[in-house]
Amino acid sequence: MAVPDRDTVLVVSSKFRLQWEPAQQAYVLLYAEGMIKLNSSAAEVLKRLDGTRTLAAVIDDLQRQFPKAAVENDVKEFVNVAHDQGWISFKQPA
Amino acid sequence: MTRDGSASNNLPKPLWLCAELTYACPLQCPYCSNPVDFSRQRDTLKTGDWIRVLREARLMGAVQLGFSGGEPLLRRDLEAMVAEGRRLGYYTNLITSAAGLGEERLKALKQAGLDHIQISFQASSRALSDFMAGTEIFEHKLAAARLVKQYGYDIVLNFVVYRDNIDQIDLMLEMAGEVGADYVELANVQYYGWALLNRDRLLPTREQLQRAEAIAHEYQERWKGRMRVFYVIPDYYEERPKACMNGWGSIFLTVAPDGVALPCQAARQLPGIEFPNVRDHSVDWIWNESPAFNRFRGFDWMKEPCRGCPERFKDFGGCRCQAYMLTGDAANTDPVCSLAPRHDVVLSAIATANAAASADDGKRDPRRQDPAVIFRNARNSAKLSA
Ligand code: SF4
Ligand code: SF4
Repeated sequence: MAVPDRDTVLVVSSKFRLQWEPAQQAYVLLYAEGMIKLNSSAAEVLKRLDGTRTLAAVIDDLQRQFPKAAVENDVKEFVNVAHDQGWISFKQPA
Repeated sequence: MTRDGSASNNLPKPLWLCAELTYACPLQCPYCSNPVDFSRQRDTLKTGDWIRVLREARLMGAVQLGFSGGEPLLRRDLEAMVAEGRRLGYYTNLITSAAGLGEERLKALKQAGLDHIQISFQASSRALSDFMAGTEIFEHKLAAARLVKQYGYDIVLNFVVYRDNIDQIDLMLEMAGEVGADYVELANVQYYGWALLNRDRLLPTREQLQRAEAIAHEYQERWKGRMRVFYVIPDYYEERPKACMNGWGSIFLTVAPDGVALPCQAARQLPGIEFPNVRDHSVDWIWNESPAFNRFRGFDWMKEPCRGCPERFKDFGGCRCQAYMLTGDAANTDPVCSLAPRHDVVLSAIATANAAASADDGKRDPRRQDPAVIFRNARNSAKLSA
């Protein structure tokens, strides 16, 4: 599994644009050939990738918002898939 | 186009808006899909009309906006439209021949927020490319492709593939590699508009296709992770038709330079259908209410064999325009389908093209081949649509 270190900064890849789509009532990733409609947990992760947040920060933030959920595993699993799909890339911290 | 099945409602939305900003073009490609009588349409939409169309379509859920033509760069207000499109939340795409794409223009487009650029190529060699384009532009295209990278865009090349260049697919891919392309589309000509006129001249032979496909797949493997290679086969050689436009009035909305709204670029020629104009109607009415956009929606319009065929949910009976062009009735099964009553017209087109190809054999200079090429230009358009 391509899960990075906890201090790796996650960013939405430049080929994709994350936005809220009123007509879909969902967050989507737009790219040259189409659109990926995101489920709410995927959106919760991607929304937080502002170019500065590390994997650890994303997990902490989500854990605070959803104290009862098994956040860490879910996020790691999603990050792995999203990276495989090219939706996100990893930046080593400066 | 959505990968997630959990749609909020099932009404079709015009997710893709194609704005054909002008039919004018400095190139003369004989495979151009624009209508043969394009020279008759003079009354093009003004900036304000386009902006209204962009806004209305966006409210209805359109997300992809393609600027095409003709050559969209010929419009000086392109940047203004890109800026508005981007502000509205579209993913903005420019589909260009690169004619007129210099540094200044690129800078302005980037500033306006343009997301993506696709540059079309006629061939991998200057001689054939400039012959097909009807003008000397090959070197400029190469320079433009390199320039877009400097402005942070992916290099996306679209090679149009036909009989005279299909044997050079490996050279196209090498060329793409040399300029550092990120994505290459090798798109066999689709036979609409000017391409249909030139079909006997453009359609490759089956042997050519098989070879080309094998080479394309080889490069796909070799360049995995570096450059994406997408190969589009010509549907004439298929057993089943393409799911044209993903179904009539399903996700695509094209607006022609004069404001006529179409379910696809080629539909304008279909007789007995009055296509609405965005000057007279709202985009909402056009998409949801107009008889034209409802004409071939769903499955009730189908005749046999499509009507009872289990594959109709997958291919929608193929392309309405192709059915009309090749059989005279747009409600017929697309004759590409081997089950179509008129599949014979496709077989005979293939036979004619293959015969013409073997007659060419050895004569490599495209200028000398029969039948002669009919270039897409205003003079030929006026002559052919008189
Ligand atoms: S296909 Fe060729 S002639 Fe037609 S619009 Fe494109 S560049 Fe111009
Ligand atoms: S008969 Fe019609 S629905 Fe069936 S495969 Fe052919 S085109 Fe598709």
